[in-house]
Amino acid sequence: MLGKTAGGLFWMARYLERAENTARLLETGQRMALTRSTATDEEWGPVLQTASALQGYMEKYGDVTKDNAIDWLLRDPDNPSSVRSVIKQARDNARLVRTALTYEVWSAVNAAWMRVEDKLQRRVGERDLPAVLELVRERTALVRGANLGSMMRTDIYDFLRMGTFIERADNMGRILDVKYYVLLPTAFSVGSSLDNVQWEIILRSVGAGGGYRMTRGQKTGPAEIAEFLILDERMPRSLSFCCRKLRENLGYLAKDYGAEVPAAQMAEVLYRKFAEQTIAGIFDHGLHEYIEEVLADLSSLSRQIEIDYRFYE
Amino acid sequence: MGQYFDEMYREDGSLRGPYQEVGRWFGKEDAARLRAKQREAEEVFRLTGITFNVYGKADAEERLIPFDIIPRIISHRGWQKLSRGIEQRVRAINAFLHDIYHRQEIVRAGRVPAEMIAGNEAFLPQMLGVSPPGQVYTHIVGIDLVRTGPDDFYVLEDNARTPSGVSYMLENRETMLKMFPELFSSTRVQRVSDYPADLRRSLAACAPAAANGDPTVAVLTPGIYNSAYYEHAFLADQMGVELVEGHDLRVKGGRVCMRTTQGYKPIDVLYRRVDDEYLDPLNFNPDSALGVPGIMDVYRAGGITIANAPGTGIADDKAIYSYMPDIVEFYTGEKAILKNVPTWRCADPDSLAHVLDNLSDLVVKEVHGSGGYGMLIGPAASKRELAAFRAKLLANPGNYIAQPTLSLSTVPIFSRSGLAPRHVDLRPFVLVSPDGIKITPGGLTRVALKKGSLVVNSSQGGGTKDTWVLED
Repeated sequence: MLGKTAGGLFWMARYLERAENTARLLETGQRMALTRSTATDEEWGPVLQTASALQGYMEKYGDVTKDNAIDWLLRDPDNPSSVRSVIKQARDNARLVRTALTYEVWSAVNAAWMRVEDKLQRRVGERDLPAVLELVRERTALVRGANLGSMMRTDIYDFLRMGTFIERADNMGRILDVKYYVLLPTAFSVGSSLDNVQWEIILRSVGAGGGYRMTRGQKTGPAEIAEFLILDERMPRSLSFCCRKLRENLGYLAKDYGAEVPAAQMAEVLYRKFAEQTIAGIFDHGLHEYIEEVLADLSSLSRQIEIDYRFYE
Repeated sequence: MGQYFDEMYREDGSLRGPYQEVGRWFGKEDAARLRAKQREAEEVFRLTGITFNVYGKADAEERLIPFDIIPRIISHRGWQKLSRGIEQRVRAINAFLHDIYHRQEIVRAGRVPAEMIAGNEAFLPQMLGVSPPGQVYTHIVGIDLVRTGPDDFYVLEDNARTPSGVSYMLENRETMLKMFPELFSSTRVQRVSDYPADLRRSLAACAPAAANGDPTVAVLTPGIYNSAYYEHAFLADQMGVELVEGHDLRVKGGRVCMRTTQGYKPIDVLYRRVDDEYLDPLNFNPDSALGVPGIMDVYRAGGITIANAPGTGIADDKAIYSYMPDIVEFYTGEKAILKNVPTWRCADPDSLAHVLDNLSDLVVKEVHGSGGYGMLIGPAASKRELAAFRAKLLANPGNYIAQPTLSLSTVPIFSRSGLAPRHVDLRPFVLVSPDGIKITPGGLTRVALKKGSLVVNSSQGGGTKDTWVLED
């Protein structure tokens, strides 16, 4: 496979995952705004921050308002991470690697772009927002389904999967990075449970409210939630789950190519950060520091994959 | 219809032989259903991404080439004759190219003037003395034909560089098979779907001596913003080969290699969809970012096959075109089966005078132009346009040729008001390898959608039709 193709597959998957995550984040933001007792736009600051879009936003607008925040995250071409920008990027990458994709996957990506682009020609009003976000999630899910059902399990698939899991772990890490203080024991008085609204925003933004209740019932202590999001290997968006998948896919590639690369070593080291860790240990280490480390490791791993598999040179 | 030959209907309104079944079928169809089918087809084209980018348009807009559902049908016998003519012409073109880049016998024999070769931009001195594997220069050719009567076919252009459009030929058939399967059970149509496999086999048969084992083939594209990118990706996909860009390639150890996830791997045959000029910044245009520095040196040393060979443009140049009947005769010893359109080379003062006197009856083309740009259609031009063109001709006569306006045949399209005749041309696709010449039955029919228009180019509002060659 061409190095360029590997890069195109990796980034196509990353951008699709990002589109889905940003859509979910917007849903959460709107939900939070609607359930507040006082009318305020303050929840949108952290939402922008989680999407790593706050700086660009502030440069353009100066202050945070709901409508502008939604537009920035959803459709502003000046924001390279807006849903519209990343769907376009995903589609451009899919065109670039067209020969590596099945017709099903290609047409699913192309249709996602066509439909979403069509809906994002103009600002989306509050009333239409849920339907548009639903469309984004639906269309990205169709791509995922086509991938799952039609792609050969070759190196092509490994690069797609690695893109998905690097992006997903990065997204989880950023949510935790922005909201970690909510999970610190000092943030609330001993014996009280976590602010309902706050933990719900976290679980919702990773689409795991139901999964949490199903596996952990009504216990909503900070340690439980942190453990769920970081260490629970049943949870498909937890850091541990994503890093295990990264390690697996690099392992398949090593086997397929008959050569192990430095990225595989890095993924191994990263995975052990979870496999051999307890939530108590993480809190002892310092939750914030731990997450910062993981985010830095993910970004190094992504760069190392690019180098090892010759995406650009 | 009047002065034009309509391929579907005789002058008395009855159906011609090849169209019997399709004509009957159409008569029984409900127009609303057909219209819905047509929209359905367009949706499939969009979803598949069968679009082209229009140069000079904002935002690299992607457009569909309109597809018309009425097939263009050629009888078995008609095709046999046509394909004999095409094969003869393509053989002559390859012999001509070999001669031009070696001993130039045809110039010595005084059949083509030396200045037509040496002074021609399409002539590449870098190719002198180079013999490509199997002596194949034009691995892929798309001959543009027009019809003026029952048995009268003219060659309009010999596209011997990087002809495009074959993906439309294939996708149009797929679309028709999906939409109207019933048509194919009542009429037996020769299939076109072997083209990608034939192309791969044909390219592999031209592998250089340096190739080891099963030759590695790749398609070279200028990239995703090129107007024909869809076709490049389609062909690579259908052949099961890599689609590469210049920045994926590098010369290493005397071979052209592509950067893979496991290091650099040599390529044996490169089907390039990049023009000569951009192929190698070291040997041609130094500003090109699309090509591979040093590829020409590898090529000359036999380290890679480039398809089509560099320098084939000398054979489809519009000024050389007028010598084609002589060229065919010179190399094959036979009279040309396909007709050439009479052509005035404006570089010649007598011809120029004739052209200027008859401008309003002629079609004038730029020698190196393509895509229907920079062309004058005398009978359709206004006084002002004629005057402007006259000035251009006088300023640079060597840049132009002129031809009589041909009465191109028509085939009906399914328009808003039912069937309506429109002018068509035909581009059959020809594969050349040491094992022989293979012509896919049919080709791409382009149709001028505007009433009365003779310009079929997609960049100028042309559409396409599925082209059928009937089984015996």
